[in-house]
Amino acid sequence: MSFGHKVKPYLMLAPAMGFFFMFFIYPILYMFFLSFTSWNLISPVKEFVGFKNYKELITSSEFHTVLTNTIIYTILVVFLSISIALILALWLNKKGYLYGLTQGAIFTPYIISLVSVALLWLWIMDPDYGLLNWVLGILGIPPSKWLAHPDTALISLVIVGVWKIVGYNTLVLMAGLQSIPKEIYEAAALDQATKWTTFFKITLPMISPTLFFLMIISTISSFKVFDTVQIMTQGGPVNSTNMMVYYIYENGFDFFKVGYASAAGVVLVIIVGIMTLFHFMFLSKRVHYR
Amino acid sequence: MRRVYKLDNITLKNITKQYNGITVIENLNLHIEEGSFTVLVGPSGCGKSTTLRMIAGLEKVNNGQILIGDRDVTDIAPGKREVAMVFQNYALYPTMTVKQNIEFGLKNKNIPKSEREEIINEICEIVGLKDYLDRKPSNLSGGQRQRVALARAMVKKPKVFLMDEPLSNLDAKLRNQMRTELIQLHKRLGTTFVYVTHDQVEAMSMGDQIVVMDKGKIQQAANPVKIYNDPDNLFTAQFIGSPAMNVLPVWDITKELDYIGFRPEKVTISNEKNENSLFLNGKIITRERLGAETIYLVKTVLGEIKVKAFIDTFKEDTEVVLNINYSDIYIFNFNGKRLRYLEEKEKFKLLEVRLDEFWA
Repeated sequence: MSFGHKVKPYLMLAPAMGFFFMFFIYPILYMFFLSFTSWNLISPVKEFVGFKNYKELITSSEFHTVLTNTIIYTILVVFLSISIALILALWLNKKGYLYGLTQGAIFTPYIISLVSVALLWLWIMDPDYGLLNWVLGILGIPPSKWLAHPDTALISLVIVGVWKIVGYNTLVLMAGLQSIPKEIYEAAALDQATKWTTFFKITLPMISPTLFFLMIISTISSFKVFDTVQIMTQGGPVNSTNMMVYYIYENGFDFFKVGYASAAGVVLVIIVGIMTLFHFMFLSKRVHYR
Repeated sequence: MRRVYKLDNITLKNITKQYNGITVIENLNLHIEEGSFTVLVGPSGCGKSTTLRMIAGLEKVNNGQILIGDRDVTDIAPGKREVAMVFQNYALYPTMTVKQNIEFGLKNKNIPKSEREEIINEICEIVGLKDYLDRKPSNLSGGQRQRVALARAMVKKPKVFLMDEPLSNLDAKLRNQMRTELIQLHKRLGTTFVYVTHDQVEAMSMGDQIVVMDKGKIQQAANPVKIYNDPDNLFTAQFIGSPAMNVLPVWDITKELDYIGFRPEKVTISNEKNENSLFLNGKIITRERLGAETIYLVKTVLGEIKVKAFIDTFKEDTEVVLNINYSDIYIFNFNGKRLRYLEEKEKFKLLEVRLDEFWA
């Protein structure tokens, strides 16, 4: 092969790789660097401080709250969005006009901008004039403070998070269900399997790769929640909804503690990185048939 | 301890099946003898698989009655019919091991563990799966998967075995081997087998009763010898046998368009006309030498005729005479129905006159 032939593919990849390095690799490396400095975003001096930012992070009770909030939020969103999606997928996995319409309806939130979703739910969850309390009132359930109270604020964000992604999860699970050959269910019927046995011994194991996939991607996306926090609560009341990405943003651009924010960013990268590793480990263990 | 297999006959009474308003099977009646190896055979879309699936209970019938033994199973769930089925793609549970696959039906029937172990051991001995019990189906070859599917069916001690083209996913060599094994298995178990295939060779070699189907109707149900030698109609005559029966249009004395048919292997190819037989002059178009036998395609005034012969000395483009004994000729009317009364020799002579006129 001539020299030209060898160089050509790299030349053609160069523009994409250029952007990739400039906007992904370089900022990440720069963040690692900044996490060892003290910088206020404006000053020309970036003072090297070693592990000071990390020490501060580990000992900060605020950071502990933020991390706990993020973990609670993630567990709830992942668990609820997948289990609700599974029920919906089993129910909607049929042909018919009404089923198609419902599928479309529950998928719609996924394609709406998260900012619009947040504003919409801000209005729905208004303690005094909100639609949600009005509906609860009709049903005879006492109204809730929703976003305005530390006890319910995080749950409120969970509701919005679940509402946003449940349609996507349903669609992916339906694809998983449809990939199960019809004959396997017929064989199970001939084997006298009850509906429960069929679900737990055949359906669930066969969609387990899909379930793992959804768990990993929704865990990662929940860990990075920002828009709803920024628009609906700004981390309040009393830090009850402050989560990782918002905390990083707040420290970096409100308090100008860029070094400290970068250290938190590094921690987030490590957590998400570990989860991505899990993702690939599960993917390689996927069940393959034929 | 040898397990005793129960067996039962199957009766289909006036079965009608429709899909979205289109009738695929109309008024089908069939009796399957207990302990028989019955093969449903026909081209794709003839309703053979649907019939099998109705016996299994996987398809509801729109009308009619299905009896297994004396029991009316028309509205009984598949699992309660005491039938077992082997699917074309085996339909093994991919997430379970071989053992779990075989055990699944027994567990659902709440059979105690010790008894389950005993049954599984015995069956796996028969089908030769002992060393593979802990494998997943994805780690098995096609033939092994086939055996798992068989074992899964056998452990349930069904009264009826249903098989839907179980060999069509195997390669030719393995298919021949499994064919023999299935015949032996049937002998050993002695239970009723109902087997669906589109392959007439499979049907002829395996079945002791063959049900030829076309367009949702039974064309003929009989033993292989009768099906081959004494077909009821043109469809059966042409579907069974390879190469297919030669069919030529002729005009009979009543001026209706009829057909005569004769099998390629019943034609004698020679240079001279034989007395006392139907003869046709022709020219060889192609010659296929298959080793033991040779298939000639001969062009005659009545159309192209296939000849299966043991002599391969006739070359392409040579003029030959084809002789066919009167006793080997079948006559069908324009609907494809066999006209046995016309095949008696005297009456046939009249036809021969017409044939002579035809090419004169």
